[in-house]
Amino acid sequence: MWIFPLPLRRLGFLGMNRRNVAYISRYNSRGRYPLVDDKLKTKLQAEKFHLATPRLRGVIRYQYEIETFAGMVENLSGFAVKPSKGSGGKGILVIKERSGDLFVKSSGRSIDIHVVKRHLSNILAGLYSLAGTPDVAIIEDLIQPSEMFEKLSYEGVPDIRVIIFRGYPVMAMLRLSTRASDGKANLHKGAAGVGLDIATGRCLHAVQYSKRIFRHPDTGIDLNTIAIPDWKNLLELAARSYEITRLGYIGADLVVDKNAGPMLLELNARPGLSIQVANGAGLLPRLKKIEALDPDFSPRAKQRVEFAMKEF
Amino acid sequence: MKSKSAFYIVILILVLTGLGLGWLRHVNLDIPLVPGRTRPVWHIEARIDFVAEGEPVKVNLDLPGSPPGFAQVSQQAASTGYGFSIVDTSTGRRAEWTRREAHGDQTLYYKVQMTPEPDAGRESRVKPPPEPKTVFWDPLQATAAHQLEEQAWEKSSTPISFARELSKQLTASEPDQNASLLLSQYPLPELLMRLLNHAGIAARVSMGLELQDARRYQSLKPILEVFDQERWVPVDPQTGTHGLPENLLLWHRSGKSLLDVNGGTNSEIHFSMIRQTLPAMDLARLQFHDGGLSRLSLYSLPIEEQSVFKLLLLLPVGALIITFMRIVIGIRTSGTFMPVLIALSFLQTHLVQGIAAFVIIVTLGLMLRGYLSRLNLLMVARISTLIVLVIFLTSMISVIGYELGVNLGLTITFFPMIIIAWTIERMSILWEEEGSREVLIQGLGSLSVAVLAYLCMRMPIVRHLTFNFPEVHLILLAGILTMGQYTGYKLTELKRFGVMRNNG
Repeated sequence: MWIFPLPLRRLGFLGMNRRNVAYISRYNSRGRYPLVDDKLKTKLQAEKFHLATPRLRGVIRYQYEIETFAGMVENLSGFAVKPSKGSGGKGILVIKERSGDLFVKSSGRSIDIHVVKRHLSNILAGLYSLAGTPDVAIIEDLIQPSEMFEKLSYEGVPDIRVIIFRGYPVMAMLRLSTRASDGKANLHKGAAGVGLDIATGRCLHAVQYSKRIFRHPDTGIDLNTIAIPDWKNLLELAARSYEITRLGYIGADLVVDKNAGPMLLELNARPGLSIQVANGAGLLPRLKKIEALDPDFSPRAKQRVEFAMKEF
Repeated sequence: MKSKSAFYIVILILVLTGLGLGWLRHVNLDIPLVPGRTRPVWHIEARIDFVAEGEPVKVNLDLPGSPPGFAQVSQQAASTGYGFSIVDTSTGRRAEWTRREAHGDQTLYYKVQMTPEPDAGRESRVKPPPEPKTVFWDPLQATAAHQLEEQAWEKSSTPISFARELSKQLTASEPDQNASLLLSQYPLPELLMRLLNHAGIAARVSMGLELQDARRYQSLKPILEVFDQERWVPVDPQTGTHGLPENLLLWHRSGKSLLDVNGGTNSEIHFSMIRQTLPAMDLARLQFHDGGLSRLSLYSLPIEEQSVFKLLLLLPVGALIITFMRIVIGIRTSGTFMPVLIALSFLQTHLVQGIAAFVIIVTLGLMLRGYLSRLNLLMVARISTLIVLVIFLTSMISVIGYELGVNLGLTITFFPMIIIAWTIERMSILWEEEGSREVLIQGLGSLSVAVLAYLCMRMPIVRHLTFNFPEVHLILLAGILTMGQYTGYKLTELKRFGVMRNNG
């Protein structure tokens, strides 16, 4: 099904060209990109500013360090291995638990240490990195999703994407992995996107494969019952990512841990546009409202979140 | 907003400069705007025969220079043993042959190539206006002339109409006695010239060559030129019509004599001519003069470099297409400019063979890559392996193709091997991560953009314009820059957000 440009415009939908020209290249200074493109740097920067992130367990920078991997994860039952410069969730290996010498992936498949080592080697060689440049692998704690989230998602941990424009949260969605998306939280792979009300953290509208849905396709849970706990704190955490990066237009990915509460997972300087479909609303009117604010007026994150909760 | 208007001014300047320079080049250097246009060229050969007397010889021939209605393409002189030079004098251009000593029959050739050019040689105003020549008659002639002039004067208003009336009287089927008297003593053109000058109107007799295809032993034909409104206007003495007849080349206009031969006797001059049609492009290239715009063209480079540039200058067209397809249409390709490079190699192979070769190589490469991914290699080593394998594959296909008598094998070598290796690598990763569907989408996307770019770059008009009018690239640049500012939706986004139709 196609839509004409004019009605799409009336809905305030942001297109990719406009996003690139009018927002990303205008508000994101190139020099600060490495901070978000490199998860390790984001993490260290977030720790410096006391933003909650999953705990870092180790970094593997060189091929010869791969041998030390076994020792690094000796005491961890579950952990995640990520390429520091990966994009779109590529190259992330989630180990749920261990059975003997084998590692159990989140999908339930068991793999041995050689597979993990090959994966690490691929990460270091830059297979998953943005420009194919050499990369480092980071190993961090597994997130323990709260009960509600565990029920919601087919596999993997649901995460929350918040678009932060000049420090104000403007739109949010919850991404639920499905059987079709193979446990991944990418919408174009078939994950369900649930648009969240900025004011309340409740479900507004949900889609899978760009089609409106009302129940989770695998777990059958009524998506309208979704309400994110601790919503205001989560938005505040997301909004503070503006202070650590000084990038005007970013997407913050957050998770809610059973014990630690909202945590910042990663940042994205080129956040996708599907969030609009998940919300059934366009970004443009909200972005314009923020742009209309005096740039010299720079309130704290708490006030920004309050402003956004009131306006959107 | 200020920067935006400055941006559009830059775009406008680029477009105008491109168009302006192109137009100048077209007008000044005669480079045709479309390829394949042909233009007639007259090859005219003047042959001078004379008998030398064993003394130093100096032959002097008046040349047409830049006659009205024609443009000179080139000229040559062929005459063994003679020194030859072209001298510009105050009265026009002359060819000069010289030799210390010559005996017997001598033949000199002068060849010139002329192309009809309606606007060429349009004379600027002649300043100061020439004075009518003083004419001497004997008393009887003077009376007759006076009467003829008076009758013509009554019926005319301008120098041209006066000349026409005179010619009418002189060429009437039964000329009156005044006309008969004068005609018996002077040939018609000279008589007209004398009468006009006598009446105070500057006139002269010029020599023109009637151009007819494949004629030999032609001689020049006298034609009257009357000075009117600051210009010389040719008038046909027989009919009195003015203006330059088509296919008449004014060879000898002012100046002393058509031909001077010192040190020889019995001199004669004959003309022969043929008409040819030449591609307008070749003609333009022959006509190039130094300096100005022609310096700024690529023809000054050696032929080998020229052919490199011919290909290179097509790249911006491909880049424009890629920009359009990706920004406005939103087609996904694997590797941003890979399709242009593929399209370039299609130009050297043929489309069908090219696509077949490309698909075969990429498919075989993907199969091999599938095995490689099990080998657990480091990335750089893996891609290097892939490059070696791709080269190996192409040479195998070449050999097999050659043995089977299919031309496909040999053309395959034009593919950019490293680009193909990378394409295989990327597609293979894509396959593992996103599934075969995405590989097909991007593969077909790349291939269709490549085919589109190929079809554009193959068009004769595109090849002609990009090479002969390098300033066209300024316009392409303006197009690319403008698209760089496009903030509207991509065509594919209209489908992507199509679900929103019910919300609107």
